[in-house]
Parts: sequence; structure tokens; C-alpha cells
Amino acid sequence: MINKFVASPQDAISGIADGSTLFVGGFGHVGVPYCLIDALIESGATDLTVVANNAGVGETGLGAMFKEGRIRRIVCSYPRSTGSVWFERRFEAGEVELEVVPQGTLTERIRAGGAGIGGFYTTTAVGTELAHGKETRVFEGRVHLLEEALRADAALIAADQGDRWGNLTYSATARNYGPTMAAAAALTVVEVRREAPLGDLDPETVVTPGIFVDRVVVTGGPEATVQS
Amino acid sequence: MRYTRQQIAARIADDIEDGSYVNLGIGIPTLVANHLSADKEVVFHSENGMLGFGAQTEGGDANPDVINASKDPVATIPGSCFMSHADSFALIRGRHLSLAILGAYQVSARGDLANWVTNSDAVPGVGGAMDLAAGARAVWVAMRHVTENGDPKLVESCTYPITATGVVTRVYTDLAVFDVDQESGAFVVVDRIDGLSVSDLQDVTDAPVVAR
Repeated sequence: MINKFVASPQDAISGIADGSTLFVGGFGHVGVPYCLIDALIESGATDLTVVANNAGVGETGLGAMFKEGRIRRIVCSYPRSTGSVWFERRFEAGEVELEVVPQGTLTERIRAGGAGIGGFYTTTAVGTELAHGKETRVFEGRVHLLEEALRADAALIAADQGDRWGNLTYSATARNYGPTMAAAAALTVVEVRREAPLGDLDPETVVTPGIFVDRVVVTGGPEATVQS
Repeated sequence: MRYTRQQIAARIADDIEDGSYVNLGIGIPTLVANHLSADKEVVFHSENGMLGFGAQTEGGDANPDVINASKDPVATIPGSCFMSHADSFALIRGRHLSLAILGAYQVSARGDLANWVTNSDAVPGVGGAMDLAAGARAVWVAMRHVTENGDPKLVESCTYPITATGVVTRVYTDLAVFDVDQESGAFVVVDRIDGLSVSDLQDVTDAPVVAR
């Protein structure tokens, strides 16, 4: 019998060690696994490397992790959002290391990590500051950069519905990094709004196949909040 | 006299071909969706995984998970679809977008784009700018002609860190519309504010400006 449901967010994140590298889903406020992040903060895990699109806003989600000083390094496409005060405070104090990665390159590096691909070539960022030190090669007359795959010790993601096999559906643009990160971590932990009995999800609507998922916790929310 | 932000957006909307797939950046480009004539079908893309959305709405969709790249609520329309970030950037990187319309700090006469970071930014952040600039089949820029200090933003070569080289083909400013002649390194005037001469435009541009 396969049952990936766990009873609480605390159970879901258990075993995530200090010094781990984590994928954290979300774009702005949408698709952020807030309950899992809260449980992780409660667990005391620290010295973490986080790979995420943004660096948190206010004092929730990654903002709370920065406030509590749990993140040592962030690999991120756009950390500079209005209200990302705690990231900025830690960064300006030299307490956080930042690697800026173009958004599409970030997601493709993660995709490669989950798909068993060591790296890939892209024209994105050619000739820019972000190309420094990277191997180049010309394909069809255009210069490409070599970008390496990214994997993580754990992925924390949010989905809409999940069943006990770990099959997942998402809500609109809250899908964002979820399906990609789920495939590229040693431990994939998901918070879902609703539990689906096995067999209730139409196979055509399953976005993340359960094979990529290790633990699912039903949180009943939180519903996305609209960023003003 | 100057074109307003809405006038620039309306002009761009007129110039977009029917049937195009278009990504709109933050700033003036976002306004373009409001000005599209009803007889055209243009599908707008948002990097966070949405293809096909309506003009900016007050409250957006009933579903708060429907947001655009600026993280503002938008509405689904008949034909909308959602996708993961991986698919969203595959369609960008894979040259499926007809056009990206972006804001900029500077554009060079060789078509170089600088729009991701200024030299004084304490915290760098790139988002999807480099992916869009390198991946879209055409890149148009909408921006003010000069900075708030009066410095030219159309330049011989960018002094801000670049986003991509040789990608911008057209620039819409509050004073004029230009094609970028990347080969000869000049801004070619397509249209301009009434009463403004090519030499007036040259005075506020740090690269050759030529009449069409």
C-alpha cells in the first residue's frame, strides 16, 4: 500500500537537516508553500541554501526565514520585490550570499536536474555579466552558454489537490515551479488544499505524477492572497 | 508636446500584427493590452505560466491564483491556458513568441538592451528579462526618450549592464518611433511628434538619428 499523506506540516518536513539545499516553489505570493515553511522555521533548520524565484515579501514565507536568519545562500531570479525587506537587510549586512539566475535558466536548470540531464546550452544571458566564467559554444550560428543542472536535498511546494499516491493538480498560475521542482529533489514535500480520494483525479488533469512526490500534507489552504 | 504613456501604448497596439503571440513587460508595455482593437486577435503571454489573458481588470479573475508577471491579478479569457514555468520559458527560449515589448534603461544603436539593473542598484534581480530578450523573435522597447535628469536613453553603447546584444529592432518613446538599424548603428525615425525635427531628436539622442 502506498500512502504519502502525513498528518502535519511538521511531519512533512521532518529530517530536513541543517545545511540542506532546498527548492521552494512560488512566484510572488502565488504557489508558495507557507505551511511547510512555517513548520521548517519551527523545526530550527538553519544554514540553508534556498533556490526560489523570489526572496519573500514582508514577514511571511521566505521573508520569515530571512528574518529568523535561517538562509545562508539564495539562488534566485528576482529577489528585489517591493517589500522584500528581510532579504535586503540580510544581504546588505553581508549575511546572505546571492546567486542571480535568469528566470528561464533557473527553471530549466531545475528541469534538467529532475530529468537526468547534466546541463544544457542556452542563448539567454550571452554577453552579459551573468555569463562570466561560463563555457560557450556556437550552435546554428548563435553563441550559447553552458548551464548546469540543479538538484536539491528537498523541494517544498504547494499544489491544489493530491491523492495518496502523490498525484497532484494545481490552481492556475500557482503551478509555476511546482512540477519542475518536484522532480529534482531527493525529498519532495507538498502541501495541498484538498485531499482527493485515489481514483478521483481525472488522469488527464494530473500535472505532477505521484512518482515525483514523497510526502503530502493537507493544509486546507492558505488561499492565495493578492499582492497589492 | 510629448506622447503620453497611453498614446505610446496605443501606437504599439496598432502596430502589432493580428495573430501575434506577445509578451508584455512591466511599465508602458503592460498598458498595450488595453488598446488592442477588437478586430485583432493577439494572445498575450505572462512568464509565470499563462497564455491568453484579458486587458487589465480591476479585480482580475475570481481565482486569486491568476496573476501576471507583475504579480497583479488578471482575468482568464476564452482560450486561456496555464503551464509550468518550465513550459513557459520553453516557449520563450524556443523562439515561439512573435514579439516581446519591454521597458528599458538604455537601448544602443546596435540593438543592445539594458533593462535589468542600474549601476547603483544595491540588490540585483533579473527575472525573465534576459530570457525574453534572447528568446523572442522580435524585441520592441517602450520608454521615455531621456532620463529624469535629461540624459539620453538611446545611446551609442550602453553604460548600464546589458540584458542582451543586438536584439532591439524598434523603439517607441514619448517623442518618436524608431527602427534600429543595427548594421549601421543608427536610429531611423519612423514617426515623430508634430513640430519636432530630426535634428531636434538628434539633440536628445546619444547616437546617430536619421530620417527614413
